Amino acid sequence: MKHTLVALMEDKPGVLNRVSSLFRRRNYNIESLAVGHSETPGISRMTIVVEGDERVVEQVVKQLSKLINVTQVLNVSHRPAVFRELALIKVNAGPGTRSEIIELANVFHGRIVDVGLASMTVEITGPEDRVNSLLGLLRPYGIEELARTGRVAMARSGNGSNGTHA
Amino acid sequence: MKLTGAQIVWQSLVHEGVDTVFGISGGAVIHLYHALPDYPIHHVLMRHEQAAAHAADGYARATGRVGVCIATSGPGATNLVTGLATAYMDSSPVVAFTGQVATPAIGTDAFQEVDITGITLPITKHNYLVTDVHELPTVIKEAFHIARTGRPGPVLVDIAKDVQAAEIEYAYPEEVHLPGYRLEQDDLGSVVQQAADTINQAERPLIVAGHGVVLAGAEDALLQLVEKAGVPVVTTLLGISAMPETHPLCLGMAGMHGEAYTNLALSQADLIVSLGSRFDDRLTGPVAQFARQARIVHADIDPAEIGKNVPVDLAVVGDLKEVLPALVPLVEAGNWQAWRARIEEWQADSASRDILEQETDDLVPQYVVRQIWHATEGEVIVVSDVGQNQMWEAQYFVHHRRRGLLSSGGLGTMGFALPAAIGAQMGLPDEQVWVTAGDGGFQMNIQELATVVQEKLPLKMAILNNGYLGMVRQWQQLFFEGRYSGTPLLGPDFARVAEAYGIPGLTVREKSEAVPAILQAVQADGPILIDFRIVQEENVYPMVAPGAPVHDMIRRPEAPNASK
Repeated sequence: MKHTLVALMEDKPGVLNRVSSLFRRRNYNIESLAVGHSETPGISRMTIVVEGDERVVEQVVKQLSKLINVTQVLNVSHRPAVFRELALIKVNAGPGTRSEIIELANVFHGRIVDVGLASMTVEITGPEDRVNSLLGLLRPYGIEELARTGRVAMARSGNGSNGTHA
Repeated sequence: MKLTGAQIVWQSLVHEGVDTVFGISGGAVIHLYHALPDYPIHHVLMRHEQAAAHAADGYARATGRVGVCIATSGPGATNLVTGLATAYMDSSPVVAFTGQVATPAIGTDAFQEVDITGITLPITKHNYLVTDVHELPTVIKEAFHIARTGRPGPVLVDIAKDVQAAEIEYAYPEEVHLPGYRLEQDDLGSVVQQAADTINQAERPLIVAGHGVVLAGAEDALLQLVEKAGVPVVTTLLGISAMPETHPLCLGMAGMHGEAYTNLALSQADLIVSLGSRFDDRLTGPVAQFARQARIVHADIDPAEIGKNVPVDLAVVGDLKEVLPALVPLVEAGNWQAWRARIEEWQADSASRDILEQETDDLVPQYVVRQIWHATEGEVIVVSDVGQNQMWEAQYFVHHRRRGLLSSGGLGTMGFALPAAIGAQMGLPDEQVWVTAGDGGFQMNIQELATVVQEKLPLKMAILNNGYLGMVRQWQQLFFEGRYSGTPLLGPDFARVAEAYGIPGLTVREKSEAVPAILQAVQADGPILIDFRIVQEENVYPMVAPGAPVHDMIRRPEAPNASK
C-alpha cells in the first residue's frame, strides 16, 4: 500500500542527497518526492509517497528520523489530510480540438496556461486520481509533454470535522 | 585569540580531551600538520590510512573514548572508507578529519580531489564539509557529540585547505544545537515493568547480550539482572565480554558458529530478551525460522533497530545503562531448573565433541587459542581478525575481562586486527594486547609492523597460519564441491618479516613448541610475532549452513575416544 510521509529538514547543502541516498541504500520503493520551503525559514518540507507494508514504512520513518538534518517525520496516511498534486500537460490541439480540450479542462477545474498553433498547456491541481482522470481523457489527443510535481500533503486542522480526503 | 583553521582543529581536540590521533600527512592537510607540534597531542604516523581508521576504532573500542584519525584529500580520504564502514557497522565512536582541496577548486576535479562526504554518506553517522572557517569550532563540537552519544558511530569532517589556513577569533562552543538529533528514550516505568513481568512469567527465558551492553557500559547491571533472575545468557560475537564467560549462566556466543547448546537454547526458549543486539543474520539465520517458540523483548538505544529484522512483542527504547538498573529490582528469582538442566545436557554433548577432548599431536588452532588463554589467564585484550581465526578465538578464549575482545563483527573486515590492536595498545599502554589473525588477514595490513616498532608497542601477535583463506575454503569444502578456487594462499616467512622490521619472530610447527612460544611472548617486554603453522584444513565447528535455521548445525563428528 501507498503511504504518505511529511518530513521537515534543515535547508542546507547536501540534505536532499542524504535523504535520497538513504532511500536507495535501504532499498525503499519511493513513488514520489516533493520538496520546497516550509513555514519556518531554514526548514524545508518534503512529502514522500512510499510503497510498502506497515513494517517497511515504520522503518522508513525511523531511518529518516535518524538523519541529523531531519527534524521531524510524520506519517499522514492514516489521518485526515489534504493531498494535492499539480500537473502541467502539453497536449496536441489544433483548431478542431481546442474547444473540446478547454471544456475537459474546465470540468476538472483545470486552467489553460499556454496556447500555441498546434498545442496547448493545461494546468491542473488536485488529488492524483483527478489528475489521472484528466490525463486519461487528454491522452487520445496526444500528449507532448507532462510535468507532475508528485504529491504534497498537509494534515487537516483538528477542528472537530471528520475531514474527508477531498 | 586569533587562530588558524588548523590551530582550531587541534585546540578543539584538546577541548574534547583527545591526546592521541592516528593519521598520515598529505598536501591537503599540510596546514594541519604544520600546527600539530604546538599542541599536547601524540600523533601516531600509520603506514596506510585504512589502518589509521582501524587504529582509531580500536582505540575507541578499548577505551570507550572517541578515536580520531586524519587523512589527506583524495586517496588518503578514500583509504579511510573501509575503516569507517567497519566502525559504522559496529557502532564505534570515531571522528575522522580529512583535508579537502581549497574551496575555489571544489568541484573542478582538482588534483587529489574526491567527494568524500558523498562517498561516506552511507557509512558515517553524519559528516560535514567545512568551507567556512567560522563554522569549524561548531562542526567539531557537533562531530564529537554525535560520535559519542546515543548509538555511537563514526563522523567525518572534511576541511577545505584554505579553511585550515584562514584565521579567526577562536571560541569553542559550550553546547550543541542539533534540533534533528534526539536521543530517544521510552518512559521507562511502565515498559520496564512489562518487560519484568514477561521475564517473571517465562518458562524458558534466554537473554541475548549484544555489543550495546558494552557500548552502554552496562556490564554490571547485566550481571545483576542475570544473577538475580537466574536467566541464562548467550552473546553475539561483539557481545562477548558483556558478561564474564567464566560465569555459569553465560553460555557464550550463539549464531552461525556458536556452540550447539547456545543455538538449541535460542530455538527452544519461550522468551528471548535481546539487550543491545540487532538480530544480525549471523545470529538468527533465516528470520522466519528463528526462535519460533519465543516471545521477544527487544531493548535498544536505536529505535530503528526495533522490528527491523525480527518482529518483537515488547520494545524498550533507551540507554541500557538506565534500562537495566530499572529492570533489576523488578525481576524475581525464577524457578528454571528444568530449563537449565536441559541446557546442561546439551552442554555435555558438545563437550564430548570438543576437538580438545581428542588426543592428537596435530597443531590445531583451537589448542593454540586455548593455550594463549591459559598462559595469559585471560587477563589481556585480544584483537581478532576475521574468518576462521576469529571464530576459533571466540570459541576457545574464555573472555571474562571487560572489553576484552575487539573484533570486526558487522563488516567482517580482514586486516582489522593489527591496526586496531595498535589503537588499543595506544589507549591502554599498561595492558597486554594480543593480536590473533589468519595468514590472509595479517597480510592485509602487515605494513603496520613498522608502526608497532615506531611506537615501541609491546604487541603480542599470533598468526594462525593455514595457507588458505580458510573460511572461504571451508565453505568450498562443504558447499562448493571441494573446489578450492582462489583460496590457497602463498604467505611469506612471517617470523623473518617480523625480524626485518625489528620484531622478534618465532615459528611454531609442532604442538609441543606452542606453549613455550606463548609463554615467551607473555613474558616478553616488547613486541613479538608467532607464526603458528596449524593444520591446514581444520574447520570451524559447529556451523550453521547458510540458509539453514540456527538449530540445524553441522557438528564435528563425535570422537571415538571421547570421555563422558
